This record gives sequence, C-alpha cells and structure tokens, in this order.
Amino acid sequence: MSANTIIIIGAGEAGSAAAIGLREGGWTGSLILANAERHRPYERPPLSKAVLTGEGEQSPSALIAHGHRFEELGVELLSNVIVQSIDRNRRAVTMADGKEIAYDRLLVAVGAIPRRLNVEGGEHALVLRTFDDSIALRAHLSAGKRLTVIGAGFIGLELAASARSLGVDVTVLEAAPRVLMRGVPAAIAELIATRHRSAGVDIRVGTSLERIEKRASDFLVHVAGGEPVRADAVVAGVGAAPNVGLAQQAGLELDNGIAVNERLATSDPDIFAAGDCCSFPHVLYGGRRVRLEAWRNAQHQGEAVARSMLGAGEAFAKVPWFWTDQYDLHFQMAGLALGASSVVTRQIADDAMLMFHLADDGRLLAASGIGPIGRVAKEVRIGEMLIERGARIAPSSLASPDVRLKSLLAA
Amino acid sequence: MSVAWVDACAADDVDEEDVLRFDHGGRTFAIYRNEDDEYFATDGLCTHEKVHLADGLVLGDIIECPKHNGRFNYKTGVAKGAPACVNLKTYPVKVEGGRVLLQI
Repeated sequence: MSANTIIIIGAGEAGSAAAIGLREGGWTGSLILANAERHRPYERPPLSKAVLTGEGEQSPSALIAHGHRFEELGVELLSNVIVQSIDRNRRAVTMADGKEIAYDRLLVAVGAIPRRLNVEGGEHALVLRTFDDSIALRAHLSAGKRLTVIGAGFIGLELAASARSLGVDVTVLEAAPRVLMRGVPAAIAELIATRHRSAGVDIRVGTSLERIEKRASDFLVHVAGGEPVRADAVVAGVGAAPNVGLAQQAGLELDNGIAVNERLATSDPDIFAAGDCCSFPHVLYGGRRVRLEAWRNAQHQGEAVARSMLGAGEAFAKVPWFWTDQYDLHFQMAGLALGASSVVTRQIADDAMLMFHLADDGRLLAASGIGPIGRVAKEVRIGEMLIERGARIAPSSLASPDVRLKSLLAA
Repeated sequence: MSVAWVDACAADDVDEEDVLRFDHGGRTFAIYRNEDDEYFATDGLCTHEKVHLADGLVLGDIIECPKHNGRFNYKTGVAKGAPACVNLKTYPVKVEGGRVLLQI
C-alpha cells in the first residue's frame, strides 16, 4: 500500500531545495522535511563570515532560506526532530520519540559532521558547522583575545579572516606544507596566505599539533618541536566527514559517503541522497566518484534529486563550483583540477588573476580566479560554461588578457 | 508626481552585453546595455543577499548574481530561479546626447 508520502531527512541546503523542487515538480502527496535543528532552515555560508563579524544579525532570521515557501507549498517542516532509523523493508522511518512514519520515497540529506581533533585535549576545540556553533564561537572573538585555528582550509581561513577583522590575535596551525592544500592551486593559495600574514595572522604550516592543555583561564596548544601557543580559544577546521550513520544502519552502500548513482539514487531505488553526505560519479570527470562539500552543489543536487525522485532520468552533471571571501579577496573556482596535465595563468589586473587547468587532450577541467569579485566572478562563470561544454581552448587564448573570454563561448 | 531623470553615465561607459554599477542618493543601481544597444536599469543589489549585480555576468537578457548565481531578466526584473525568488525593481532609462539617464 502506498503511503503517498515523501520524507526528506535534513533541512540544509540540499534538503530544502529538494522540498521546493518536489512541489514545483508536481508532487502532491505528503511531503515531510525533517529538520534536526531547532532553527528554521538557514543558509550556512555567512556562519564563518558575516555572522561572526557582526555584519549579520545574531539571529538566524537574517539567514532564513526560502522565506515562507515551505508553508506556501504545503511542505510539512518538522523542526528539532531526529530520525533514529530507517526500516527499508517496511519503508518507514522511526523518529527519536518512537513515532514511525511510512514513506514511498526517502531523501537522505544529512550533510557532514565536523571532524574532531584526534589529540589529547582535542575536545577543547570548538567547531563550526551550525548557527549555534557560530554564535558560540563569536562570544570568544573580541579585540585582544587570542584565537588558535587548527587547519588552514576554507573554514579555518575564513574564520581567521573574520576574527582578525575584529582585532583578535590569530594563529593558524596547519600540518600540510601550505594552506588550502586540497583543491586550490598553489599560486592562489600563496596569495591568500600572504594576505593573511599582512593582516597580522600568524600562519604556521608544516606544524603538527600534539595536544591541547586546558589551564585555569586559557589553553596551551602544544606543537611538535616548538613553543606552545597560548590561546583564549581554540577552533578546529580540519574538514568534515559525511554523516553516514543512518545510511550505514539501514545497510545502504557507502563509498566516501552514501554512494549514489548519477541520478542520485542509493543502492535502494526508493532512497536517494544529496549534498555533502553523498558521493556520486561525475559524468564531466570520466565518471570519477566525488563527494563535494559546497553550498552550490547542495542546492543543485537538491533540485536534481527532486526531479529524479519524480522519475526523471537525467544524470547530475553540474560543474562543481565554490567560493570563499577573506578580507577583500574573493576566490572562485569552477570545475575540478583532478587529472589536469597543464595550468595556464591569465593576469587580468595587478590584483586579479585567473588560472585554467587543462586535461592532456586540451579540455578545460577547472577555472579559478582570485581578486576583487567584480573582476573574477564573470570570468570564472564563463569558465564554468566552457567546462560544461567540454570545450577545448588554445592555451594561448586562455593566457592572453586581450582575448575576451566571452568571445570563446561563441566558438 | 513627476520624477526627475538622473544623468548616470556616458553611453559608452557600459560595454555591449555588460553591466555597470551606478550609485546615487545612497542607493545603488545596475545599468545594462544589450547586444542591440538598448539600455535598461534595475536595483543594483541581488534580492537574495546583498551582492552587487554589476559584478555579475550578462548573458542575453539575463544578469547573474556573481556569488550565488541568482538569475534575473534585467528587462523585466523577474527572478529566474533559486536562490533568488524576489523580483528586481526596474527603472525607465533613456539615452540622450550620449548620456544614459535613469528615472529613479
């Protein structure tokens, strides 16, 4: 018997976009959006930026995604609820309070969980994932305080920039030999590191953390072969792990997250996954299985999975895209540099550059840009369209600022 | 009530199929020129988050927000999909003597 119900577990970007997409796509049955947080669905990107620096409000109301769309569309938003388990045979989920809800189709969009520091005292480090995390962190960020950030990835550096702009003394400890080791071209990572240093951030790369010692009123962060760093607060930005607990318990196939096919269906054809929690074969990158932790990907997968759940057969083929803002620097990257055999640089201004990663057959794989947003955003967007088309562009055209990138779209 | 025309920029200041930011009276606008040399104007900030649309890409009749890819038809102001769902306000534009004038 049909329950005439779709349940979405997780009300982040992917789950919220899917709820809207399902209604817009014609689903008229029950639609339940199970939100583990007590806040209405909100946008996460400002959590490491405006929410910390006070440009945003200290209430998630300023970040609310989709306004009253859920009510307008008849989406049943259940907040502050935890889904305990999935019973695939009976096609039902059990909530933490014991209540059981049957589904026809289920979407798991439960995101990722910040990794904790695997050292003695690691539990003293704050993490940043949710609005409440951001507000808790913000309480430590006043001028003259000392903050140690573990990890020089996007989150770590964004919050270092935010903290610095509030007058906090910031030290960043990174185990790798440079910042933004994962996915960002070295030349661009170096520009970002230089900007941090000129703002007064003490960035120490190649530094391994040994332990965090809690003292009466502060912390000592011990590193291998060096003086300990004194800190009033320590925050970990060492990546996130896909939230696979529910899927694992339900016996769904896992592979660096919940494994889905190009239509975002899991190994159970009635269960789908989208966003940070899933890995999928990317058709633009030779079917290579990737898992993306990015706002835009979550949004696009939410929209795509809604179509898929309603029976469409299209493969998810959006070009990965992400951005970061640190001080006055804006960085965007479209595509993945994986498997690139050459790199072309285009200097578009004294303070702005683009980089293009090419496959050995000349196909454009990634386009990235750093500088003022007005200089780089348009160009990276054009790069994204070229990647989507599988365009092969002469490296000389990509390198020369005299060739308008937009003109290459016509080719 | 008559509304004044404001001199915003030279017609040549806006490239073909491009957009220019114009600040006036504490507000910010975006002025567009399409491939047929017609000019249009909208509010300058994306309705999704306050990002300057003039930093975005113009493609045909569409302006894309540079950060989150919200898309609007700049002739009508109509939002073309997530994450932007609130339409942009548009303003009358005329070109006289090589100058772009906005009625705001």
